[in-house]
Amino acid sequence: MTDEELKNLVVKALFEVAPDLEGEDVDPDESFRDQFEIDSMDLLNFIIKIHEATGVDIPEKDYPKLTTLVGCVAYLKHHRQGAR
Amino acid sequence: MTAFRMPSLGADMDKATLVEWLKQPGEAIKRGDIIAVVETVKGAIEIEAFEEGVLDRHAVTPGESVLVGTTLAFIRNENDEGTSTKAVVPPEDITPAINRKPETEKSGAIEMISSNASRTAHVVGERKVSPVARKRAAEAGVDIARISSGEDGIIGLAQVNAFIETGEAEQKERTLTQDAPPKTEKPSLNLDVMRKAIGDAMTKSKREVPHYYVASTINCTALKSWLEVQNAKRTVTERLLYVAPLIKAVARALKETPNLNGFFTEGAFHPSTRIHVGVAASLRGEGLIAPAIHDTDELGVDDCMKGLRDLVTRVRTGRIRGSELSNPTVTISILGEDTADSVTPVIYPPQVAIIGCGAIVQRPWVVAEGAVEPRQVMTVTVAADHRASDGRTAARFLRTLDKLLQAPEAL
Repeated sequence: MTDEELKNLVVKALFEVAPDLEGEDVDPDESFRDQFEIDSMDLLNFIIKIHEATGVDIPEKDYPKLTTLVGCVAYLKHHRQGAR
Repeated sequence: MTAFRMPSLGADMDKATLVEWLKQPGEAIKRGDIIAVVETVKGAIEIEAFEEGVLDRHAVTPGESVLVGTTLAFIRNENDEGTSTKAVVPPEDITPAINRKPETEKSGAIEMISSNASRTAHVVGERKVSPVARKRAAEAGVDIARISSGEDGIIGLAQVNAFIETGEAEQKERTLTQDAPPKTEKPSLNLDVMRKAIGDAMTKSKREVPHYYVASTINCTALKSWLEVQNAKRTVTERLLYVAPLIKAVARALKETPNLNGFFTEGAFHPSTRIHVGVAASLRGEGLIAPAIHDTDELGVDDCMKGLRDLVTRVRTGRIRGSELSNPTVTISILGEDTADSVTPVIYPPQVAIIGCGAIVQRPWVVAEGAVEPRQVMTVTVAADHRASDGRTAARFLRTLDKLLQAPEAL
């Protein structure tokens, strides 16, 4: 998967969890929480979506790495490769 | 024949606009069936049936604005001769009486609030607008009347988004020369209406309810450690947020302090035997909504978590049910991570208490023999109605809650 595809996957998961945000521009470096008032429950639902879409197992201690778009893409890239 | 009425949706919502009928005349209705969808300042809400029967006829058409208590439809019951009309309102323990209209009604006397065409322009002719599309359009400040419907005659999210994208593309072209394009402004109208509704309810609360406040800082280290161990063993989908055991503990503590759980209506406090904890959830800059998790005290922690996730999902997608808004017996406001240390909340009438939980933060804590060590702590503030209880009650609640949170595995 290219970075672009991962990025699209992450943004899609975010909009599925928060359909009211659909169409919003996502700042790649700012945290979802600061940009969109994403709360802990939204974040958990988002991580579940990412897990379902990629099969990557995401332990709780890694959640802080998944709070920005850039962070998500980097994490998924690394762990998808690691899985092979 | 019974009149099916618009139920109360909480102190800050006295009216709604009918969006669509999900049951048509002649259709059988079971308890709990979703009969209609209404639009409120807080989004779309599903209205459920409270009894069985057959839908006889609608009394309101989509687009009409209806007050709480308005007859929405008539339901034929078994052994119904069609001569007498009695009002159907949610059972006593479901809806606080304060928001109900008088129940007396003569046959055929339909209290209908005639719609104001200019305020219900969302339904254009016979075209239907899906709730999520309506919400999206409102958020983007787009007038639904300017959007063409899809092939099926319904304006859905796709149509709204296409319309918005066209507008945004035009705007981007205009702002191409700027470094940072301006963020899309939230529409002021929707926000103003919501603010006003919350403002009116809270003004009434502060004016009429003699609030008192009692707070404690609770050591949540055991809770956080227990969660960490639990979540390490669980798959992503089964993991818990601390909110789930917290809500369970609050419900159990309320069981021992019943004067914080119930309604103050018609000049008297009516404790509730059931505990429906309303959980305040942010509508992302557009205000708050506090739907209930029913019978919270009887649910396991996992079920609390499931209920919470379901509620939050439906708050986001605009599918909250009327009964979830009309019957919380108490409310909990949880600030969550990276927010603030404490909150002193305002009671949501006719409830008699609201529990405010600050973020769990690491702070110095005095342990045995006077040593100071870092601990995960949370400040919990009870705001309660002096007509139903006093500070001693709230203090007892906080002590019980503290004790329960020290043994999260037993919740």
